[in-house]
Amino acid sequence: MTASVSSGLAQEIAARVDQLRQRTVQVRTQGAATGAGILWNGEESEGRGLVITNAHVVRGDRATIELSDGTIARGRVVARDLKRDLAALEVEPWPAIVPLVIRDSPLRVGELLIAIGHPGRLVGAATLGIVQRAETGREGRPPRWLRADVRLAPGFSGGPLADVAGRVVGVNTMMQGALALAVPAAAVEAWVRRSHAVALS
Amino acid sequence: MTTVLQSLSTELAEAVESAGRAVVAIHARRRIPASGVHWRPGVIVATHHTINRDENITVTLPDGTTAPASLAGRDPSTDLAVLKLVAQSVPTASLRTDLPPKVGELVIALGRPGPGVTASWGVVSRVDGPWRTWHGAEIDSLLRLDLAIYDGFSGGPLIDAGGRVLGINTSALARGVPVTIPVATVERVVTELLERGNIRRAYLGIGTHPVRVPESLARKLELQVDVALLIVSVEQGGPADRDGLLLGDVLLELDGAAVRDPTDVLAKLGGDRVGRSLAARVIRGGQVKTLQLTPGERPTSRAA
Repeated sequence: MTASVSSGLAQEIAARVDQLRQRTVQVRTQGAATGAGILWNGEESEGRGLVITNAHVVRGDRATIELSDGTIARGRVVARDLKRDLAALEVEPWPAIVPLVIRDSPLRVGELLIAIGHPGRLVGAATLGIVQRAETGREGRPPRWLRADVRLAPGFSGGPLADVAGRVVGVNTMMQGALALAVPAAAVEAWVRRSHAVALS
Repeated sequence: MTTVLQSLSTELAEAVESAGRAVVAIHARRRIPASGVHWRPGVIVATHHTINRDENITVTLPDGTTAPASLAGRDPSTDLAVLKLVAQSVPTASLRTDLPPKVGELVIALGRPGPGVTASWGVVSRVDGPWRTWHGAEIDSLLRLDLAIYDGFSGGPLIDAGGRVLGINTSALARGVPVTIPVATVERVVTELLERGNIRRAYLGIGTHPVRVPESLARKLELQVDVALLIVSVEQGGPADRDGLLLGDVLLELDGAAVRDPTDVLAKLGGDRVGRSLAARVIRGGQVKTLQLTPGERPTSRAA
């Protein structure tokens, strides 16, 4: 590998991380550590949208959401699933951001992944890793967990795990030793469609 | 537009896919299966410590089918084991023998602790010359890794970014620290295990401990040594016992070379030393004495 390849690589990783940081919010609730969240879907014109995080990140019904540009938004929990460790918050105001793209093709073991989170006092930290194992769920459904060889730490919970094209592949949820476990994005999207409609009605 | 980042990601996934075709799961212990590599046609290399039984071993092939395998031999000192697999259309691993791994080189550890292949990535953190395991085996070069260990790590291959195998991984040779047994050592052990079923090693049946030789004694005996090995145990009926070595003797030299550490003794006990006598210089009762010791073959507890 020549130096020009690695410097190009470094620039591309930095650009991808920047893009993912804009999608990653800080989720704060009283009496709990700051977690991460993903700007999932919303309309700037309507001024509100949905942030996805882990259920263990938001214990109460309300949360303060800090966007990557420092804007403070209000978050209200509209759906929660303790079994999947997911929570959906209605957030307003909603920023101008390109629509979320979810990876729908299968992941390959060894391909690169980027995780964004807020460990300790760091905001928008990034770690680079690979797909550790490719699993297929039963009957075409996504598997329960996406396993990644990527370093996570407390504060990454609820944040995005994305492929090198910037497509979100999962919600970082926990560590099992050195292994990162994320809820697959397809499972999150299916849950959002099912539960959010119910929650709002 | 294909970016460098995308190309790298695709290449890593392709390296995993191609090398993974020669990685099998081995069912020879309870709970989680271990990994193995199809090294030569019909020959699978695995780690000794993950194979807990000598019979009723099966392997899961990359295509998901299960096949019986027989244990051809094991070598606890290098933590390697060799299995034979009958006529299967599994490709053999592509070995990298032309270029030694470098510190900082991007590597992937593969495993198959079940039907699917698993991977962790990192870099080679240390490369050094030959070293000796605590069981006394010589490993051709030291290869330490900076990567995470998951289930199935031991017995799996370390591959480069092009999918070529650099060696067999194990967590059992350096107190849980990941190390790779290089291709050259694996080749040597596989050949010998296939021929003999075990690795021949010479042994004397002694335990030693380094001791300081008092300066006054060294001067009196006209010796140029400060440290030698105190014989702290002698196996009853063992080679050294038969040849007259006594508890309390202080071993100065073996085969003409000074010994300062128990590994210096091991270094003189390769497989070719069995039955060939070695001169041993010892201090006994305040005098220097030379004995002839004839090493025996080290008994292996679990040879096939």
